[in-house]
Amino acid sequence: MNEKVTKALHYAILTIIAIIFVLPLVWLILAAFDTNASQALKWPTQWTIGNFVSVLTNTDNLRGFGIGLTISLVESLIVVLVSGLAAYPLSRYHLSYKKQFMYVILFMTALPMIAVIVPVYKMFLNVGLLDSIPGVILYLTASGLPYGIWLMKNFMDGVPVELEEAAWVDGATTMQSILKIVAPLMFPGICVVFIYTFSGSWGNFFIPYILLSSKSKLPAAVMLYQFFGQHGTIAYGPLAAYSIIYALPSVLLYVLSQNYMSKGFNMAGAAKG
Amino acid sequence: MAKPNRAAMIKDEAKKSILLLPAVILLVCFFIVPIILTVYYSFTNMALTGSAAQNFQFVGINNYIKVFKDPNTWTAIKNTLVFLIGSLAGQSVLGFIIAYLMKNKAKAFRSVVGPCILVGWVMPEIVVSLAMLAFFDMSGTMNTILTAAHLPAVEWIYAHPMMTVVIANIWHGTAFSMMNFQSALDNVSGDIEEAARVDGATRMQTLIRIIVPCIKDTIATNTMLNTLSTLGVFGLIWALTGGGPGTKTTTLSIYMYNAGMKNFQLGQGTAIGMVLLMVGAVCSVVYTKVVKSEEA
Repeated sequence: MNEKVTKALHYAILTIIAIIFVLPLVWLILAAFDTNASQALKWPTQWTIGNFVSVLTNTDNLRGFGIGLTISLVESLIVVLVSGLAAYPLSRYHLSYKKQFMYVILFMTALPMIAVIVPVYKMFLNVGLLDSIPGVILYLTASGLPYGIWLMKNFMDGVPVELEEAAWVDGATTMQSILKIVAPLMFPGICVVFIYTFSGSWGNFFIPYILLSSKSKLPAAVMLYQFFGQHGTIAYGPLAAYSIIYALPSVLLYVLSQNYMSKGFNMAGAAKG
Repeated sequence: MAKPNRAAMIKDEAKKSILLLPAVILLVCFFIVPIILTVYYSFTNMALTGSAAQNFQFVGINNYIKVFKDPNTWTAIKNTLVFLIGSLAGQSVLGFIIAYLMKNKAKAFRSVVGPCILVGWVMPEIVVSLAMLAFFDMSGTMNTILTAAHLPAVEWIYAHPMMTVVIANIWHGTAFSMMNFQSALDNVSGDIEEAARVDGATRMQTLIRIIVPCIKDTIATNTMLNTLSTLGVFGLIWALTGGGPGTKTTTLSIYMYNAGMKNFQLGQGTAIGMVLLMVGAVCSVVYTKVVKSEEA
């Protein structure tokens, strides 16, 4: 087979795969703008943005988005703060247990946390954290921390220690040197940790689903599940619109993280020149 | 230089470790304690609520005996394996093919195809379930295509539930493998490929003899990470089929939820959780080892 035919074949295969991957979303988009949407794939006879309006004017829905936003925002801030502090000694000091500690962290990033959710439920029941939004935030924070620490430490390793030495000479404390020197230099890295934690938490379904029970405390992820999980008469148009609104932050944050990701790994240049 | 004494060294390390404290406290309370509780509860007859929640006893390995004698457990293990192998094969093979074919293609083309694959990965899992539910509905997209091709429509979710959830997971997970393989393939030196080609190797031979051995570490880490995330899949299946029809898509994580949270059998639920945790721990150790060897 000559090179040109092979190349054309590659383009064709990739195009077909890409089309197949987009297909499941076509319904979601068409239905969201259809006045009379069903689960069937069809071109809307009448286009509308009414589905989005009805979703966004419903106070229950707004509360769900608000709770989801609060949980994700608070969790990500705690993860950034706590993992940023933890990363400093792991990156800067010589500690006898450092290597082992980092491997335990790496091990933790990979464990399927669903396996311990039943005891967590029991534990939360006993300490009164069940059906509590702060409880969910705490648990999400702990499950997001290992990856946060792993990323943070690696980003911090990229900030040259020479820059800090100058500050130490001028009498800066550890805290000052973290806040004034390290944090601004690894800002893209901090953004990556924040975005990863935020979208992980925004998309997380099973933790709030299991730990929360009051209808008034459910975040967007669980509300969306309840809309179509109950298999009654489903209003497909608003449902599709709801899921598009709900998916939007994940998509936007991903695009944003790509931007920071490439910057995050290019910080070593600061000590040169 | 004077030799620092041991006590002074420990004191020095403790002082340096203070900033680690908040992280360690959170991890101990909400990560390590639950793991210890999982082990502990799995050896008791504790119920989730009611009188048996307070008055519980150690029952040795009774929960494990009960769990492994239950034919439903074996159905769940079988389902988990089918789900795992189907997802792994689909995600890895498809992810590799896309990454391999994308290499050296026009940038504009790559920047269109890439996001098409990524969109299924970026979506929250509940949206993935909803999109797939509509896609495989009796009057959904898949059947619309089949009908247009003069083929009979299929009730996918009832007739082929496992295939439906596997496809949903492949749609959701392929981009992750694709990205892993893309960065691995970018690191394969073009010179080696060129040399092989000059020596008369076909494209297939270059792929199997040169490229695959070069990226074997990535294949290993990618397989482990996919295994771990697939074992942990809950919401995707729960929202798509609820583990049914019957027990046809009840994987270990769904089975554990039903035992522990629906039937309130904490002991048995955690015993199933332990099985998941052990399998997860083994895969996680392998993953850590591979990363370690890459760093060394």
